[in-house]
This record gives sequence, C-alpha cells and structure tokens, in this order.
Amino acid sequence: MSKVPPAAELAKIDHQPPETPWMGTPVEFRPGTWCYSGKPKVVEELGLPNAREWSPADEDWKLPDGWQKIIYEGFKERLGKYRSLKIFMDICVRCGACADKCHFFLGTGDPKNMPVLRAELLRSVYRKDFTTAGKILGGFAGARELTVDVLKEWFYYFYQCTECRRCSVFCPYGIDTAEVTMMARELLHLVGVNINWILEPAANCSRTGNHLGLQPHTFRDCIDSLCEDIEEVTGLHIEVPLNKKGAEVLFLTPSADVFADPGIYTFMGYILLFEHIGLDYTMTTYASEGGNFGLFTNQETMKKLNAKMYAEAKRLGVKWILGGECGHMWRVIHQYMDTMNGPADFLEVPVSPITGTKFENAKSTKMVHITEFTADLIQHNKLKLDPHRNNHRTVTFHDSCNTSRAMGLFEEPRYILKNVVNNFHEMPETTIREQTFCCGSGTGLNTDEYMEMRMRGGFPRANAVKHVHEKHGVDLLSCICAIDRATLSTLMQYWVPMVDAAGVHELVGNALVMEGENERTTDLREEPLADVEGEDDAV
Amino acid sequence: MSALEVGGKSIELDEDGFLADIADWNEDIAVALAKTENVDMTDAHWEVVNFLREYYAEYKIAPMIRILTKAIGKKFGKEKGNTKYLYELYPAGPAKQACKIAGLPKPTGCV
Ligand code: SF4
Ligand code: SF4
Repeated sequence: MSKVPPAAELAKIDHQPPETPWMGTPVEFRPGTWCYSGKPKVVEELGLPNAREWSPADEDWKLPDGWQKIIYEGFKERLGKYRSLKIFMDICVRCGACADKCHFFLGTGDPKNMPVLRAELLRSVYRKDFTTAGKILGGFAGARELTVDVLKEWFYYFYQCTECRRCSVFCPYGIDTAEVTMMARELLHLVGVNINWILEPAANCSRTGNHLGLQPHTFRDCIDSLCEDIEEVTGLHIEVPLNKKGAEVLFLTPSADVFADPGIYTFMGYILLFEHIGLDYTMTTYASEGGNFGLFTNQETMKKLNAKMYAEAKRLGVKWILGGECGHMWRVIHQYMDTMNGPADFLEVPVSPITGTKFENAKSTKMVHITEFTADLIQHNKLKLDPHRNNHRTVTFHDSCNTSRAMGLFEEPRYILKNVVNNFHEMPETTIREQTFCCGSGTGLNTDEYMEMRMRGGFPRANAVKHVHEKHGVDLLSCICAIDRATLSTLMQYWVPMVDAAGVHELVGNALVMEGENERTTDLREEPLADVEGEDDAV
Repeated sequence: MSALEVGGKSIELDEDGFLADIADWNEDIAVALAKTENVDMTDAHWEVVNFLREYYAEYKIAPMIRILTKAIGKKFGKEKGNTKYLYELYPAGPAKQACKIAGLPKPTGCV
C-alpha cells in the first residue's frame, strides 16, 4: 500500500496544465491514484468476461483479441439503448461552466479531471467511430482512434469520478458526466478492465446478500452484539426481529451499519427508535444489504442485486419497506427500482402506523427513507427527545451526493437534527444541498490503495468542514450515507483531525428518552455526556 | 502479487501482503507475516491472532472491532478489552495488521 504524503504537502495543488496537448499526455500510473484490478475468482463469479491476473501498473493488460471491436459494438449498442448517452455525446458546447466544479479537479489540478474533459475522453472516440465529421476529419474534429493508451486513460479517469453529479448542476445543458462515467465503466467491463473493490462486494452481495459477505449466522451475531452494547448504555434489553413473516415493515440498511465503525452507532439509533415507537418490523438475512455496488458496475449486476429487496418483501409478506441511511442505495431505489424490478403490486402504499401519514411520494417504489419516517414522527410529536444529550457535540451536516442530487432529500435530515441537537452549524452554502461536495471516495472508490486520490478528492469537502470547525468549533460531521460514515472518518483524520463522522440516527438514538431506561451517562459510543462532565467539575 | 518465503516454500500474497489463500496459514507463516509488519509475536499477540482465527472458522469473516475487544476482555481480563490495548499490540490497527498475521482476508464494502 502506498504512503500518502502529509496533508500540508498534498494541499499544495498545482492547477497549471501540462505543456503537452491533452491527447498527447499519457497517463502515469503512480501508486495511490488507481485501484487494484478485479480478482479472477470474483470476475468469474459475476459472469463478467476476461477473468485473469493483471495489474493496471503492468504494460500488458492482457486484453482479449479484437478488444477494439468489442468496445465498438458495446458503444453502438448503448448509443441505441440510452438516448441520454447519445445526447451527452453530441451537445456539449465546451462552455467550461463545469470545469472547476469537480472535487477531483479541485484536489488534483489535473485538467482531465475537469468534467468536460473527462467526457471528452469518451467523446473523442465517439466522434471517430460514430460521426461523419470525425470519420473524415479525424483529429481536426476532435476525434481519435481507440488505442491501448486511450483505454488506459479511460480506466484512470473514469475511476477518478465518483458519479457525484455536482458538475451536472452547473451545466446549462444538464449534461450528466456521471452517466458518461457509468457508460465508460460498462464498456471497460466488456474487455475485463475493472477494479476489485467494486466487484468483490458485488460478488459477495450476490452470494451472501450483503457487500461484506456476512453469512446469516454472522449477521445475527453482529446484531446481537450491538444489542448488548445498547443494553450497556441504556440498560434496555432489545431484540431485533430477523426474517419474521407477516411483520408490517421490512427494514433494509447497508450491511456496514451492523459491522463497521461508526455505522454501528447509527444502527443502534434505528433500533432504539423502533423500540420507542413499538414498530412491527423485521430485518432479513437474505436481502441483508441496502447498498448496491452493481450501480458502479453495470445495469445487469445492479438489477440482480436489487431484485432481492422486492423478492424478500414478497416472501415475508410485509406491507411496505423502510430503508436506512445510505446514499447510492437510494439512487437505485429512487431512479431505477420500480421500473427495473417492479411494479411491486403486492406491497401497499406506505403508511406510518404511528402517525397515519401516507407517503404518497413512495407510491411507486413502496419504500420510505428513514429520515422521512423519523421527521414525520417528530412533526407529529410522537418522540420523546432530549437534545441536551448531544450537547457534548457541535454538529454540521454533509449532504450525500445521492440523497441530495438524486432525490432532493434536504429538509428531512435537517429537521431531525434541529430536534435532537442543540449546537448545529451549516457549512458554506456553495458546499451543501444540491451543491454538496462528494466525500471523494464514492462509487466504490473507498479502498486503501487509492488513499492519496481519496484525500485529494475529499479536499473541498474537508476544507468546508475545517471552516466550520475553526469558526464554530464543529466536531461532528453528520451524514446519511454508509460510504460517507466510513470515508469521512478517514478524510477527517487526515485533513481535520478533531472532527468525527456520524449518522443522523446515532444522534437520534442519543436523544431518545426510552421508557424504563437507566439514566444515560454516556452517548452510544460510550463517551461521557457533557452534563455528566459538568457534574464532575462541580464536585 | 508477491510471495513470502517460509521454510523453503513460497507462499502467495496479494498486493497488500495478505495471504492469497487462507488455507496456506500456519504458525511459522504467521511469524513471517508479523515480521513484514515489524511485529514481534508475544503471548499477548497470539491471544488476539488465535481469537481471530477461531472467530473466522465459525463466521467466515474477521470480527468487527467491537466484538473483538469485548471477546478479548471477556477471555483475558477487562483491562485488555479495549481498542487502546489492541493498538499497543498492533500499532497499524488491529483490524488490518492482526488480521493479516492471522491469515484472514481484508474486509470489503462500506468499511
Ligand atoms: S460526476 Fe462528480 S466526480 Fe464525476 S466529473 Fe462530475 S463532478 Fe466530477
Ligand atoms: S457545462 Fe455542460 S456544456 Fe459546458 S462544458 Fe461542461 S458539459 Fe459541456
């Protein structure tokens, strides 16, 4: 694993473009800036082509015979299938409005990380193969042949895009470079060019139901252990129902919430909430993953992994589905699920059993986001909350790319935070809501060997956190995404070490006044509460 | 891919120096892996590695850190049941360093 340079050094970003023209500047595969290739076993398991041992750092990528033709055919097929791709290839006027909006450009200074140029990497080949001008005029029309070097460039830069869609917010034509990246990654898969950190979780999910590869008894063991921790903090013994037929609600969340720090504290928050309101729910060991690394792979894999949700809801006979705090999970649910694996006619339009609110917005997917559910509970005064229990923290909120730009979920998490936290400060306007900056590690780029690029890509986000940390003493970065919970923790350790990351429902869990609980002296992390410290001082 | 030479045999490792195949593991290999991490294996180190291997045998994954600290505390005394103690033994992080020595694969997903 490569060493990441110290923060002071990484912060010196050179935005001067290289002297050579962009088509004549080949990629240098420096450790820390690319991800390991998919292991042959994993590639085979997913039914993807050209499984083999290879490394992006190798000269020879062991591409299949006729690989250019494979890509040409794949490109042609997709141009026919996805109108958006064809439009995005044709209409960019190179106005440059998107150029400085990408966190990878801001963090690296590399012109090929400007969204316009990232898309141009694909567009140049499109022009050559699919436009008359490009066929005749070649380079004069911005067209070029697909060579091995071009393919390597695709791999390098389409895995330096987190499909965050910040650029699309600023494009006057609404060109969505994230979709260009998705298509480019699909094309690369056709010739066996891929990364392991996406494919292994996808294969795990296909086999065991979740990205981590937790088998049913392991999933159970993790949950039981977290219930012990809840008991330690609150004195309450709570059991989480698993695979319970006939429950009213199926609850799905990213598997990292039952396994990885700090997602586990968010999980404790969910469980305390369900206990508090007496929800008739179940979790499942079959669809034990909310997230979907298929979204970062190709349409077929995304569809296959997503299919488990409705299938399990049907088997268990629940009425509707409640989903936890995750980013890309909601992109899949909100934008693809109902047409891809629906319609889920066997489910009902979700109605909160506590408030009677009908979630009309979830009419077609039958899935409600937990912040919508909780915000509705608070609005109807159904929760007993003591926000003082979060007084030891000063909090800000990071909008995740997908929950913000893919579903416009801005107010619900903020409304919840307002009710469970006393010290809250927003980051600057141009870095939140639809203009939010990515954590820098999304779309399955949250792997260790890629650390330098993660810290670069996360730099604009970290910079905004640093601002509120210095100005208001913010020490907790809350969010509603499992990738964020893990990656923002690492990002903060590097750029703003006094700040931790947490899910919104962790703070809900701290504030919930539970019937029959012991007096809380610590938060869910078992760290002392502010008031308790205060009392110590007084003694 | 790289390799580790132990007792005249060449053992395959992945890009980050983890065992490519957990079935290759034995105590000599653990000691050799520990050397690559600059860790001297004491009894206290073995307690952790042995627990990791037992857990893996049953659950097919390395335990989450909370389960590890709780189990070590229960088995070997309360003073050992915390992350601080584990970091003293494995400064690069118990999750990665101790797992590597125990021959376990790296975790994947949103971690
Ligand atoms: S989608 Fe995000 S990461 Fe990709 S080019 Fe646009 S701003 Fe950059
Ligand atoms: S903002 Fe849109 S039209 Fe302008 S350069 Fe970027 S992608 Fe092209």
